[in-house]
Amino acid sequence: MSTLTGAFDWLTTGSNWRGSEGIGTRLTEHLLLTGASVGIACAVALPVAVGLGHLGRGGTLAINISNVGRAVPTFAVLVLLAIGPLGIGDTTTVVALTLFAIAPLVTNSYVGMREVDPGAKEAARGMGMSGGQLLRRVELPLAAPLIVLGLRLAAVQVVATATIAALIGGGGLGRFVVDGLANNRHDEVVGGAILVAALALIVDGILFAVARLVASGPRKVPAARTR
Amino acid sequence: MAIVASGNCLERNAWICGDYVRTRSDELWTASREHILLTVSAVVIGLVIAVPLVLLARRFRVAVAWIGGLTSVLYTIPSLAFFALLLPVTGLSTTTVRIGLVVYTLVILFRGLLAGLDAVPAAAREAARGMGYGPARLLLTVELPLALPSIMAAVRVATVSTVAMVTVGATIGHGGLGNLIYDGLSSSFKAEVLTASVLCVALAVVADLLLAGLEWLLTPWRHGRRGRRTARDGAPPGPVSVVPAQPGRSAA
Repeated sequence: MSTLTGAFDWLTTGSNWRGSEGIGTRLTEHLLLTGASVGIACAVALPVAVGLGHLGRGGTLAINISNVGRAVPTFAVLVLLAIGPLGIGDTTTVVALTLFAIAPLVTNSYVGMREVDPGAKEAARGMGMSGGQLLRRVELPLAAPLIVLGLRLAAVQVVATATIAALIGGGGLGRFVVDGLANNRHDEVVGGAILVAALALIVDGILFAVARLVASGPRKVPAARTR
Repeated sequence: MAIVASGNCLERNAWICGDYVRTRSDELWTASREHILLTVSAVVIGLVIAVPLVLLARRFRVAVAWIGGLTSVLYTIPSLAFFALLLPVTGLSTTTVRIGLVVYTLVILFRGLLAGLDAVPAAAREAARGMGYGPARLLLTVELPLALPSIMAAVRVATVSTVAMVTVGATIGHGGLGNLIYDGLSSSFKAEVLTASVLCVALAVVADLLLAGLEWLLTPWRHGRRGRRTARDGAPPGPVSVVPAQPGRSAA
């Protein structure tokens, strides 16, 4: 239990929050790594998954990519990239994090697009909508909840994995856990772990709230149309 | 050709090196064994805890929200942080890694078991009750067999994720093949890292196939006579229901 009070002391000591190796800097690094990785993953995965879902092709690939992502250890990929061509650095971390964020984004977006009620799609076609209109005005709004769920899973996973990036010498909050373990400073290890856990829960909570907002969105549309 | 190439592959620090596998086979075997033992014990203990929890949750539906909420919170905590948080209690031991892994498998198994049992058609349950089945007999001979595909899906997801997650245990010295990956990182030993990584993925694939085989054996009625519609049930709902329910976080 003394470690817990030690961790609390570590967290509440102002000097630990400042400086180039303080909690403030590490938190910023963690958020930047996460933001960049999730951003790139969205830019790559969403158009592909939504396109495939719209066309109804590539389902096996879209669904199995998540199974592959589960079986491949993130840690192994990080280390392979770090001692391989990319070397140790932020690029390696972002590449590895992006790779693992793509899987839940693709699978959930694809499933979301495929689960759109065929009746709604046929009705839209019957009203004379083109493929693009169908995509923008029917499929995307109805698939939005699952797309946001994919984003939430990806973001939480990346926040978690960014911690492991400290193992290959990257920045972020994982530094405290890894350096603390290496130097036997258990207050710092546990304090860092509390910060990481809190960050993961906060990100999850925020995106959960976004998902609630999005999920309530499409229901308003038919109501508005009945005027 | 292979013999010539492997001649000095350790000196060249090649990615693929037969000499490495030959000279370190003991090390590889020890690491694989630790990896397998950690995975199996995590999944088995997870299952042993999940079953009573699910029965409790079915009895008192209020408990579902509580247990579900608590397990989701635990699931969101990154594994490295989880191991670190357990340090003051269990130290740098396999127990620390095992507890962490059990918690993650528990979350997946709890959701899978509950979803599987909840999806049992009410008509089947009614019919069994009408035939005079008591609660225990109903559970064991009607509900469990019908829920088996979705229970096995959860067991497979839990096992595969655990195999990947064990590697993170290397940070506290008990990560099975992850120990070799971690060791290879500090010395930039390419063959060690690649061999251990490939073995790790191979373990996950083999475990998944074994469990798929077990499921096939346990559910003879789903593939008995030429492809009835039920035979397809496992495929599409599997990924659809399982993936959104559990973050594909492999080794974080």
